[in-house]
Amino acid sequence: MLDSFIKKSRIKSPWLLHFDCGSCNGCDIETLACLTPLYDVERFGIINVGNPKHADILLVTGCVNHRNKHVLKTIYDQMPEPKVVVAIGACGLTGGVFRDAYNVVGGVDKVIPVDVYVPGCPGKPEAIIDGVVEALGKLSEKQNAAAAAVAAE
Amino acid sequence: MPRTVVPFGPQHPVLPEPIHLTLHCEDEIIKEAVPAIGYVHRGLEKLAEIRDHNQMVQVVERVCGICSMIHAAAYCAAVEQILGIKPPPRAEYLRVVWSELHRMHSHLLWLGLYADAFGFESLFMHFWRIRERIMDVMEATAGNRVIISVNVVGGVRRDLTPEQQKWVLSEVDWVEKEVARLKDVMMNDYTVKKRTVGVGILSKEQALELGAAGPMLRGSGVAQDMRMTGYHAYGELGFEPVVETDGDSYARSNVRFREVLAAVDLVRQAMAKLPDSELATAYKGRPKGEAVMRVEQPRGELLYYVKSSGGKYLDRVRIRTPTFANIPPLCAVLPGLELADIPVVVLSMDPCISCTER
Amino acid sequence: MIDHIEDITAETLIGKVEALKKEGYRLVTMTATDLDAETVDLLYSFDKDLALMHLRLSAKKNAPAKSISGVYFAAFLVENEIREQFGLTFEGLVLDFGGALLLEDSVRPTPLCRYTVVEAKPEAPVAGA
Repeated sequence: MLDSFIKKSRIKSPWLLHFDCGSCNGCDIETLACLTPLYDVERFGIINVGNPKHADILLVTGCVNHRNKHVLKTIYDQMPEPKVVVAIGACGLTGGVFRDAYNVVGGVDKVIPVDVYVPGCPGKPEAIIDGVVEALGKLSEKQNAAAAAVAAE
Repeated sequence: MPRTVVPFGPQHPVLPEPIHLTLHCEDEIIKEAVPAIGYVHRGLEKLAEIRDHNQMVQVVERVCGICSMIHAAAYCAAVEQILGIKPPPRAEYLRVVWSELHRMHSHLLWLGLYADAFGFESLFMHFWRIRERIMDVMEATAGNRVIISVNVVGGVRRDLTPEQQKWVLSEVDWVEKEVARLKDVMMNDYTVKKRTVGVGILSKEQALELGAAGPMLRGSGVAQDMRMTGYHAYGELGFEPVVETDGDSYARSNVRFREVLAAVDLVRQAMAKLPDSELATAYKGRPKGEAVMRVEQPRGELLYYVKSSGGKYLDRVRIRTPTFANIPPLCAVLPGLELADIPVVVLSMDPCISCTER
Repeated sequence: MIDHIEDITAETLIGKVEALKKEGYRLVTMTATDLDAETVDLLYSFDKDLALMHLRLSAKKNAPAKSISGVYFAAFLVENEIREQFGLTFEGLVLDFGGALLLEDSVRPTPLCRYTVVEAKPEAPVAGA
């Protein structure tokens, strides 16, 4: 009973964690703009949280550099299963315009697995919301797969 | 009393970006603050060695996504200085228009985040609601919401049609009206003043000695604004720097609040005087020489140093951002404060870590 | 092309900077440019009432430069940055991040140097020697 309740509410009201991983701020302010009145993702039950242990979805903006790759990995590891990662913006995807700079490792997927890629420089709020919705589908799949694995045992 | 060390950041809910402060506290009182940065350092200055002077425009736009257009305008002005060319007058005026639109959106963004830092979430939402109109203006006039690529070496590459000018003016009128409505809450509200008045005081002497820039400097009573040097078309527009004398968080927020209204005025003036001319000056050859260019970014004085020996690539592009200059004053302000005031004071300097570290 | 630029030497640097501070100049920044294998060009920029004034110094890479952070405290940040990017060490730095302000150890040292890497590392004892 409780299990199915959690299962349902996780998809209906996902909690987001946003991590700025060496971005130029463009994607960050667009991610933040998603929370404000014009786009307002809170109407879908989405809440932005500051604690990785509360989060279902990790939004990562910007290219990974040699110092923050450890921070990114730690945050990802702290999130409970099931979890999905959304990489936002050209830098989060591949390193973008910064890919040749000496302190840049590359896209987010160099360090952690990424489920949804949102392109753009910066990604528009509409695209980011679309990416989050896409991520919810994946989250639901992961949840069902985990439940099936438990049932099989 | 034994000291406790409290780490602040790198991933902290009040900051959208990673910065780390090591706070040495006695009880709740900060005794010493040591910054640790580098979480957003990419090494953009080095890219000048593999991108030519035209491609660098796209790179410097991404030093900071909030004030991208101003970075590009400063860089282009520096290269133009080396080449010995002058952009056409219309381009100079259009640069002013987009710079001031950027300043409005940046200050509104900051005012919102600042309201959020002292826990006034509905005020945050209001400022960001107003800001969305500016983002629409940017998208309609320049093709992108945040990073607008309007500058080229020699001028600009987009124009404003008469219809667009009319519409932009009506939009900034709306912004002015809406911002004025929030003035009473931001400036006179008891709870807001309780959190900001007298918190994080930076004296005039300290500000000058520690090399503070922008609203941090003007909030402490120093009337220095790079726009007074008259770069782009600012010399031909009526402009007064916004100065406050108290040097606390309240004074800094007041400076930024009044600068939004000043920016509205500058957009109107620039639109009224918009001359007819080409959009960009053609030039031949590659830059050879060196130049220093300073402009006023929303966060303060931005300095570009460009050096080139006439080869395919530039020798050096050095970017000194205002937020980098504001870190020593921040460290000087924090000791003596209570731990709970840290978010407000850190935000009052308008931290932009991606500028700071490039 | 840059107005108000004055060439100085390592000996006169501190005295000159102290004099500027007395006159009420604000430190804007320092800029380092790699010139060749031995020298780095250091450009000190100061501002007074919106007028810029520069000091130019050619520093040898293999000798420590004088830090001005004792005069202008704010210089510590940029001097630390130059140390990391160019391998130039500063004598009398008030707050030394030890080369870890921006970069991790795993990154190539002195990334903005085009010519040589100069920061002298203490030699590791050779095993069996």
